[in-house]
Amino acid sequence: MHLLWLVPAAPFAGFLLLALLGGRLSHVAVAAIGVGSVGLSMLAAVLTGCSFIIAPPQSHAYVQVLWTWMDVAGFRPEIAFYLDALSLIMVLVITFVGFLIHMYSAGFMRDEEGYSRFFAYMNLFVGSMLTLVLADNLLLLYLGWEGVGICSYLLIGFWYKDKANGYAARKAFVVTRVGDTAFALALFLLFSNLGTLQIQELMSRAGHQWAPGSGLAVAAAALLLGGAVGKSAQLPLQTWLPDAMAGPSPVSALIHAATMVTAGVYLIARTHVLFTLAPAVQTAVAVIGAATLLLSGFSALVQTDIKRVLAYSTISQIGYMFLALGVGAWSAAIFHFMTHAFFKALLFLAAGIVIIRLDDEHNMFKMGGLRVQLPLVFWTFLIGALSLSALPLVTAGFYSKDLILWDVWSSKEGSPWLWAAGLAGALLTSLYSFRMVFLTFFGEAKTGVSGKTGILMSVPIVILAFLSLTGGFVQLPLTGFLSSALPQVQTVGRGVAGESVLKIITAMVSVAGIVFAWFLYLRSPGYVRTLSETLPGALMRRLWLAGWGFDWIYDTFIVRPFVWAAKVNKDDFIDLIYLGVIWASSGLNRFLALTQSGKLRWYAAGIAMGAVVTLGFVVFS
Amino acid sequence: MAAIPVEHGLILAGLLFALGLLGVLVRRNIIFMLLSIEIMLNAAGLAFVVAGSRWQQPDGQVMFIFILAMAAAEVSVGLALAMQTYHILKTLDSDAAGRMKG
Repeated sequence: MHLLWLVPAAPFAGFLLLALLGGRLSHVAVAAIGVGSVGLSMLAAVLTGCSFIIAPPQSHAYVQVLWTWMDVAGFRPEIAFYLDALSLIMVLVITFVGFLIHMYSAGFMRDEEGYSRFFAYMNLFVGSMLTLVLADNLLLLYLGWEGVGICSYLLIGFWYKDKANGYAARKAFVVTRVGDTAFALALFLLFSNLGTLQIQELMSRAGHQWAPGSGLAVAAAALLLGGAVGKSAQLPLQTWLPDAMAGPSPVSALIHAATMVTAGVYLIARTHVLFTLAPAVQTAVAVIGAATLLLSGFSALVQTDIKRVLAYSTISQIGYMFLALGVGAWSAAIFHFMTHAFFKALLFLAAGIVIIRLDDEHNMFKMGGLRVQLPLVFWTFLIGALSLSALPLVTAGFYSKDLILWDVWSSKEGSPWLWAAGLAGALLTSLYSFRMVFLTFFGEAKTGVSGKTGILMSVPIVILAFLSLTGGFVQLPLTGFLSSALPQVQTVGRGVAGESVLKIITAMVSVAGIVFAWFLYLRSPGYVRTLSETLPGALMRRLWLAGWGFDWIYDTFIVRPFVWAAKVNKDDFIDLIYLGVIWASSGLNRFLALTQSGKLRWYAAGIAMGAVVTLGFVVFS
Repeated sequence: MAAIPVEHGLILAGLLFALGLLGVLVRRNIIFMLLSIEIMLNAAGLAFVVAGSRWQQPDGQVMFIFILAMAAAEVSVGLALAMQTYHILKTLDSDAAGRMKG
């Protein structure tokens, strides 16, 4: 377990090496450093995890203090790593999926400019992400949080020569900044009221000092939720994620599907005590999750860009995690995070291969028939899509989504309404997943493929496909393992016998979605065409395509008024004060310059007058 | 010898001082301005002498001797300046020496 420091240190070292020497190294060396550092980190994580599981520490957590960050008037954050069941799961998923994606990138980015720059950013990202999940105090967590934010910015705008990519990167950065500000305020609030930022200490103090539902607890939880909503692209800050697809596919897979966007889920799970103390905010988490998963599910249904479908799908799946968090099903959320990391990374990587083999074609309507031309990609993508739509029993996605839905139904904080939203989301999920599969891989071929898929790219997707099928079987050991770090979901007696009935309903809904998609998009596509040609159909389609018009709302009500105000205030109102000072003093200067007349007798008169005034003052006062 | 009341002496000194000041302010010729300054100095000296005689102390007369010495020094510098002014400006009009204006 003493190797824990190596887990984040290895990617940071890789980043430093690549940043300093990257330009002079050959492609092979760059790939070796970039992939190797994450591989080393993965090895360290696996070793640490093994020793943690074989000989669990007394307190179910292992803390490694490296050094004191600063020591200012009672504020004493440390660079310390905290390993418990929750962070261990996160670390293992991040390093493992991260390693596979790095390996894939070595092939995917082979012909790109800035090969070493790419790996430097990716390594920096993995290091920051690991810092985030291992952090022992909220300040260090915030450091990682901002670190992944800047890497996300850099990698979305990786192909910076295209202006649109730069704008997408800026949008992602600015929108998440809104959430980050809320998070920072939460830190201030927590420190000023509880006097520490060390997470475990903070949680126990909060539990002792704050009554459930008290104003401070609600404020702190709401501000943390604001941070989580920004990072995890939930309502109402979800608008940045679809545009973030401007980055290379491995970036979308690693940052915008598997790891960074789930940081909000981790944050809420990590500070679950605060959310339990603020039931109103916890309900808000569930409602936000349910609303997000439905809205983005509808949006995913009409997209034409394959990566945008996946982006909306990611938002929707994180909505499931929020839904689970909101009903107190902490470990179900983490379980879904894990399976989602596998199948969504797989889908992005496979989509990346499709895009690159079709010469940068993103439009699904120009694909088709790729089943024959790209069989490996087809099968792995199909497995990913099946897992995403939660095909019963054989896919990982089924186990996690089913667990979430069951917990939502049975939990004390849950309700049938939330469950119904989740179920409707499940139908949407399988509908848009298989729309994507049918449009891309079935039908007649419209574009020829070129090039070859290297082994570096096919091995990761095969491994991820395997995990997308089998990752769900660890449900019981995983939730049991997590119970040392996260409380169990509190159920009310809605009937245990109902569990199997609900399972069957969930299973049927997901299969029905697939059949429905087959009918609508493969068998007789005429229906959809007719529907989208009617006026309400066309309007709905446009609304969904634009992601429910959130961009428009923000543009009209925030961006444009702001730009207008900036334009009006170009000469800065505040400057008028200083201009006034300048004007007054130069006026005074001109007036006093008049007294410098050069007439000796005037000076003499001035002296005489001054003497008279002074004497008069002395004598008469 | 009947003592002169101190008020009379001081009024005389004040008048002399005011006359001297008036001279400095209204005359344009540098020589006359110097003369007027001398009158002001003597007015001050007279005030010292009157005060000395009022309190029967020698200090007033000592101060007057100081003032005389200072006046001599001042006049020598002042006349030198006046000569220089005349050299440069070809006039003794003090208003002509207004090059430092503004």
